[in-house]
Amino acid sequence: MTEAIHTTNLNAWYGKTHALKNIDMTVENNKITAIIGPSGCGKSTFIRCLNRMNDLIDGFSTEGEILIRGKDIKDTDPVALRKKIGMVFQKPNPFPKSIYENIAYGPRIHGINKRELDSIVESSLKKAALWNEVKDRLNDNAMELSGGQQQRLCIARALAVGPEIILFDEPCSALDPISASKIEDLMIDLKEKYTIVIVTHNMQQAARVSDSTAFFLMGEMIEFGDTKQIFKKPREKSTEDYITGRFG
Amino acid sequence: MDRLRIQRGHIPYLSEFFHSIKLDRLRMQRIRELAIEKALFLCALVSVLTTIGIVLVLIFETLSFFEEVPILEFLTGTTWAPTYRPQHFGVLPLINGTIMIAAGAAVIAIPLGIASSVYLSEYASAKVRQTVKPVLEILAGIPTVVYGYFAISFITPLIREFIPDANIFNAASASIVVGIMILPMVSSLSEDAMRSVPRSLREGAYALGSTRFDVSTKIVVPAALSGILASFVLAISRAVGETMAVTLAAGATPKMTLNFFESIQTMTAYIVQVSLGDTPHGSIEYQTIFAVGMVLFIMTLLMNIVSMWIKERYREVYS
Repeated sequence: MTEAIHTTNLNAWYGKTHALKNIDMTVENNKITAIIGPSGCGKSTFIRCLNRMNDLIDGFSTEGEILIRGKDIKDTDPVALRKKIGMVFQKPNPFPKSIYENIAYGPRIHGINKRELDSIVESSLKKAALWNEVKDRLNDNAMELSGGQQQRLCIARALAVGPEIILFDEPCSALDPISASKIEDLMIDLKEKYTIVIVTHNMQQAARVSDSTAFFLMGEMIEFGDTKQIFKKPREKSTEDYITGRFG
Repeated sequence: MDRLRIQRGHIPYLSEFFHSIKLDRLRMQRIRELAIEKALFLCALVSVLTTIGIVLVLIFETLSFFEEVPILEFLTGTTWAPTYRPQHFGVLPLINGTIMIAAGAAVIAIPLGIASSVYLSEYASAKVRQTVKPVLEILAGIPTVVYGYFAISFITPLIREFIPDANIFNAASASIVVGIMILPMVSSLSEDAMRSVPRSLREGAYALGSTRFDVSTKIVVPAALSGILASFVLAISRAVGETMAVTLAAGATPKMTLNFFESIQTMTAYIVQVSLGDTPHGSIEYQTIFAVGMVLFIMTLLMNIVSMWIKERYREVYS
């Protein structure tokens, strides 16, 4: 199967606010799919539906179908679902614990044996390209790392529980350009093994890293297609207006 | 031409006039501000001076008490009998009683308080929280004498139902009721501490596949630990100083015991007993209450300092 995520007729509401309208979308395995659009267009709401993070919000409701690897997420326990679908947030949010404990937290709650932890911590930090910078200070508090390092730590933390899909919710918007480009390189490396969905405000970023791009506007998906096509020859007028900077 | 010149002459004059009015107004404003500041300062001074006054009275009365009774006997003696002959001035039984009540209350209030604060902060919906929290805080507003009455009229009979040997005045009953009394303090302050843990930390943990229990116990409680510990210490300090309920329920028998079903006496209850009794003012018996009050004051002061220190020392810095 090449489809990692498939949504059909997905609608979402915050109370009475209709935040997503009839989204039909397919995310392919081992690809980077970018979601672009102006603030408030529903792009974060969309990816937070995929791992049911929105369930934590009072008054949130959805209709429609979300299949992850062909399985309806309504039939999956959210805890098990989130183990399969990692998430990296806009602002780095390491736990106020040591670097080691940040990575070990996830495997530990999923019952991984103590003896395996060391190697999981090491391999996760290596995959997130952070190992060389922190290997001598694993017991330092994660809050002492720089913003970019904290974000890579959060990526390593997500990798440590062995997800298949990773959702990035504007992962670079709080970072300087050098840290941001490290994260971009990292995403390209990661797509060999993982399926990635990234929400971004930064169109250059979407153009650089993604294979397909979806353009959202006011809760609707206006256009979805190959990234090259979207940026070179958008079919819709509003997509073109947005990517050429006429609004948003 | 003539009229023009007059006008020209007028303009600077008028503006000077207005300028001086403006200055006057500014000056008035400054004076008023200064007066307000001084008045507020005086109000603040009243409470500071009162505190200083109380501490000075305590110190002087305590010092004159220690001219009669050696401080070592006071602090190490195990018999407290200032009103009988032969007199004994060993404060340890009263300290023992106070610590028993505080410890018993803590055993009740800490687990219940932390469980209810975890529930309110992590499990309850906004609606439940908005109803339950005020109700819990009303508990803190009930007059303590009502708690005391509740102890002797309800808890004590209940205890004697199960343990018939229990004295009619006993430490257990008082501990339980003081525990209920300080419960809102623990739960409310701990809940505040947990709620101030940023949402992003919870989301990060949930995104890794945590259950609500994992998030509460492994992320939120550790991150809020300083506030939670500080609430424990403050609540225990409140239990140490609690007076009315223990006077009513715990009895008036200063005793070196660890048996919760016996009658005991706390420092506060002793002070009430002597203040209300017919002990003549100025006598050595009467002065004991200042010495006991001093011990009490030092204990609660230390605990408040410890609480502040914990809050500073173990404050987690997030983001």
